[in-house]
Amino acid sequence: MDLVLVNLIDGLVTGLLLFMLSAGLTLIFSMMGVLNFAHASFYMLGAYFAYQISIALGFWMGLLIAPLIVGVIGAGVERYGLRRVHQYGHVPELIFTFGLALLIEELVQFIWGRNQMPYQIPDVLNFTAFAISGNSIPAYKVFMIFISVAIFIGLLYVLTKTRVGMIIQAALSYPRTVEALGHNVPLIFMGVFGVGTALAGVAGVIAGPVLGTFPGMAFVLGSIVFVTIVIGGLGSLWGALVASLLIGWITTFAKSYNIRMEDILNGIGISTPENLSDSMFRDIWAVTSPQIADILPYILMVLILIFRPYGLFGNRDA
Amino acid sequence: MSNPMKENQITTDPSKPAQRMRAGSLRIAALPWVIAGLALLVMPFVFNDNSAITIMNQMAITIIFALAYNMLLGQGGMLSFGHAVYAGVGGFACMHVMASTDFFEMLPLPVLPIFGGLFGMGLAMIVGSFSTRSAGTVFAMISLGVGELIAACSVIIVAFFGGEEGISGDRTYGMPFFGIEFLHQIEVYYLIAFWLMVSALLMYLFSRTPIGRMANAVRDNPERAEFLGYSSRWVRYYSFIFSGFFAGIAGGLFAINYEIVTEENLNTASSGVILLVTFLGGVGFFFGPIIGAIAFTLLQTVLSLQTDLWAFYAGVLFLATVMFFPGGLAGLLMMHVPAIKMGRASKLVVPYITTLIPALIGILGLSALVEMTFHVRHSSVGDEEMTVFWTTFDSHDILPWAVAIGVTVVAFAVMRMMLPTLRAAWADANATKANTSNGGAA
Repeated sequence: MDLVLVNLIDGLVTGLLLFMLSAGLTLIFSMMGVLNFAHASFYMLGAYFAYQISIALGFWMGLLIAPLIVGVIGAGVERYGLRRVHQYGHVPELIFTFGLALLIEELVQFIWGRNQMPYQIPDVLNFTAFAISGNSIPAYKVFMIFISVAIFIGLLYVLTKTRVGMIIQAALSYPRTVEALGHNVPLIFMGVFGVGTALAGVAGVIAGPVLGTFPGMAFVLGSIVFVTIVIGGLGSLWGALVASLLIGWITTFAKSYNIRMEDILNGIGISTPENLSDSMFRDIWAVTSPQIADILPYILMVLILIFRPYGLFGNRDA
Repeated sequence: MSNPMKENQITTDPSKPAQRMRAGSLRIAALPWVIAGLALLVMPFVFNDNSAITIMNQMAITIIFALAYNMLLGQGGMLSFGHAVYAGVGGFACMHVMASTDFFEMLPLPVLPIFGGLFGMGLAMIVGSFSTRSAGTVFAMISLGVGELIAACSVIIVAFFGGEEGISGDRTYGMPFFGIEFLHQIEVYYLIAFWLMVSALLMYLFSRTPIGRMANAVRDNPERAEFLGYSSRWVRYYSFIFSGFFAGIAGGLFAINYEIVTEENLNTASSGVILLVTFLGGVGFFFGPIIGAIAFTLLQTVLSLQTDLWAFYAGVLFLATVMFFPGGLAGLLMMHVPAIKMGRASKLVVPYITTLIPALIGILGLSALVEMTFHVRHSSVGDEEMTVFWTTFDSHDILPWAVAIGVTVVAFAVMRMMLPTLRAAWADANATKANTSNGGAA
């Protein structure tokens, strides 16, 4: 039972981290109708900038400044890159963001090299918050949970309660009408793109010390983030939250409980073949849940796309 | 040239990176194919050292793969992020055939790629049955998911994929083919060249069949195609499985050429590379991917010998292509066809020379600056000497920096100065057609 609680907390941290990325991505998607492949690259930029700033000014200034820089870069990419490619259609847009992701990875390697950066948890947060029957929960995890929840509440408040949020929501659904009412829609789009990438930057800043700051970090998380918003339903903020938590918990539990395929197959009445080592399917029998934990989200996504193409909470066909 | 219909078939309209050719008949111009075939025959005599043949083998395999990929992206409008899977599985299948000695001894090696193709096709039939229901984002995401799944499976299912070290085999155990045992690279080259011609021709013919034409229609306007009575889903499905077949052939040739296939053959990175190659060459024309594969392989092999940063340059080139020339290299070439047809292409030669030479110098200067920055940042302490463009100097000195910056700035300034002349010449050469003169000279 105690282990369940620890796993719940671990999964919550992973899920909320995913949510910070997927929230921005899903907003950007509902705005432009295009998946931003470079979204995780902005997350990586956030971590690297924060590391560079934390050397000079400390962790907290990094947390404050790095997302701003990332947001400005994101807005610039929208203004001078995506807006240009937009006229060619959706597929070139998708390809553009894909190329951007490649380029940012090369750029990071160019500036910081291929090795992992010694980006550390700040000393203030480097202690054990509490322990559940011998499993200590670091304070930094609690901090991550609080930051993510605060951002979610803030985002929800801005989008649903403020005038700016109303205009954004309107611009997402009826851009031409909003434009006719005298609002600068391209500016709104640029702003949403900037805020979305800045959110990814925040995720990078707080995830960098835990998950490691290295050139492959965008690639590791990148495709999982798409999977998240596809499962949640493209364009749905709540869907992104639910899917993030779902993926966070599924992967955490699959990793911590060693469930073997053999047991499952035996459980549903298929007996283990006599000469297993010669069988063609011996590898399938030997699969354990920690082995496939990282591909479970993809299986989930493919199933969702087959049976419910608009995702869990989505209300439109992508 | 007086026939406006004929001129409209070649378009550089970037919003429609489409294949423009006369619909209907399966008669094709034989000349380009004869020339290509002769070139393939002669190439090993022109570049006869072993490394050149290795590069050409790689090039030919990439061409087949890129053409197969373009059946989806260019002709069918489906963006796949996991197409390496079909090539990879084809490669693994061929490797298993090579490993089953009894069967392989009765099989001449040139037939082997068919098995790769059939396996790639089989997998494509399974995946396509649910992924081709819609194009666009859903298709792209399913292709990504399936790609990641199979790449991950390749590490788990060791019996078929051989785990991390992959599986290897020996092509020479096959039945001798008219006495040839494929011990030498040059024999493998002709095998690959033969398959290149066959598959390219088949893929071209496919694009001219009614189903190939319908693929274009479905790409441009699925709704309207449905009104005409065609199921856009089935049209996409057929394109998908044929593309899987030719990708599998490319995979099989890879297995024959390198005698080893690993997880790297089917992971997302390889899928990304083939997208890059195809788009660089141009998705709008049949021969685009061929140009892309040749250019990319040269870039990869030649540039990677010169600099560690070749992937960086490739990334910049790719992004520049997407942003400024969405038609790719092929689109860039075909932009000149109207001018050539009107006999005014000669007007462009001088402005091109005066603009492109400064541009080239500027780009070289810029890359020198990039290399110098990289050296200053990443070389070990005390190592201050570097070589760029056959000149060795101290990267911490001020002089080389001043020279590089100076050359770059001056070259780009000259280019800017020359640009209006080129624009004017372009407009002049294409005077009767307003639709092709925009943005061409930029």
